[in-house]
Amino acid sequence: MNDMGTKIRKLGQLSGTSEEVFRPGSVLLATIRRELLLAFRRRSDLVNPLIFFLMVATLFPLGISPEPSVLTLLAPGVVWVAALLATLLSMDSLFRSDFDDGSLEQILLSPQPLFMVVLGKVVAHWIMTGLPLTLMAPLLGIMLFLPAEGMGGLMLSLLLGTPTLSLIGAIGAALTVGLRKGGVLISLLVLPLYIPVLIFGTAAVEASVTGLPVTGHLALLGALLALGFSLAPLAIAAALRISVSG
Amino acid sequence: MSNKNWMPRWFYQLASPRWCYQITGKLMPGFILAAVLLILAGVAWGLAFAPADYQQGNSFRIIYLHVPSAFLAQSIYMTMAIAGAIGLIWKMKVADMVAKSCAPIGASMAILALVTGAIWGKPTWGAWWVWDARLTSMLILLFLYFGVMALNSAIENESTAAQATAVLAIVGLVNIPIIKYSVDWWNTLHQPATFKLTEKPAMPVEMWLPLLIMVLGFYCFFAVALMLRLRNEIIQRERRAGWVRELLIEK
Repeated sequence: MNDMGTKIRKLGQLSGTSEEVFRPGSVLLATIRRELLLAFRRRSDLVNPLIFFLMVATLFPLGISPEPSVLTLLAPGVVWVAALLATLLSMDSLFRSDFDDGSLEQILLSPQPLFMVVLGKVVAHWIMTGLPLTLMAPLLGIMLFLPAEGMGGLMLSLLLGTPTLSLIGAIGAALTVGLRKGGVLISLLVLPLYIPVLIFGTAAVEASVTGLPVTGHLALLGALLALGFSLAPLAIAAALRISVSG
Repeated sequence: MSNKNWMPRWFYQLASPRWCYQITGKLMPGFILAAVLLILAGVAWGLAFAPADYQQGNSFRIIYLHVPSAFLAQSIYMTMAIAGAIGLIWKMKVADMVAKSCAPIGASMAILALVTGAIWGKPTWGAWWVWDARLTSMLILLFLYFGVMALNSAIENESTAAQATAVLAIVGLVNIPIIKYSVDWWNTLHQPATFKLTEKPAMPVEMWLPLLIMVLGFYCFFAVALMLRLRNEIIQRERRAGWVRELLIEK
């Protein structure tokens, strides 16, 4: 009940009144605030991707070998794939509850630019999944015997890469929000698009493990993020309009 | 006024399902003839008369299937995304139908390219599958096709499905060059020059001319396959229209 009340109240702030000055920045901040508040009312959802992240990383030593020399070799890829899957898993719920209770339609009807609202939702999603995953990654690195030199590269690459994952994943979430069984479909749509981020992310970790310069890989991850930041919200907004109208 | 006349009238008529059906009906025999002649000539020339490669012997002849299908797999994705964009922007029903008809043809071409690549890889590289950059990007292209087809079949409403698929196809189109270069780079990072396509500087004319004929033949074949699917799609969607009923009663 409390949850619903907050949602509606925050939505009221979001749609605002037409006399108000048009400030895209405040729309962004209001959306992020609303999303974070809603998420903290349901804390268990926040922890689930992190537990999944930990579990997937545990499967690899069990499935391949507990040998440190083998795991050291696999660690960058395993941590990155686990982070990617954890992000993907959390993607489906991004627009789902707003779609189910009708607030998504209100957001689409509101005079605020959809680009900003969508960006705010994605940023909030990243704060709730990508950022904790990045902070948790060193723990997985230790479990998988990633050399200490690689930790910096791992965290930096995840810091730059996970927002791109959220942005791309949101396109898939927006396309499948109207469907009953969106879960498997969304991974089918989004996974091929995640490949460049995975390649550059693991390359950055491997470079930092072997002591090679990391900046090139990080610059490419940053470039992907910049591209995603400017283009993905357009695709997400278009996809949302299609999903809601259809 | 003069601006309007540079496009022939039938081009604008393609936008209407009814006219599109009639025009493709007139175009089809020509394309079928061209596809059959070109593919037959290309196959005969390529498989029987072109000289064997000095390194790979006769196994190289599979390129006469492999290269055209890889070409098509890529250009069909482009066609699909552009048709999708046209449908999305100008709300043209026919463009939506073209985009929808493209996906299965493109996916089968990607599969053909992968299978012929694997068959060629066995004698040449000694393995059915190698994580070669080109093979990998073709595989990812196939995944993109699968995504488009899955989304299209998951959405019940035809126009919503077309629009959603178009958005996905355009996102994929933006991503294809990024995927291609990242995969190229990943491959060179991990296994520098272990496996390389045997460089054949200046392929002799007797080798590339049949290849060119095959590529053209495959494009004509794609045109025929696309028109067949498109006509089916038109008939199915316009089944309530008067002209479709008349057409069916005639037959």
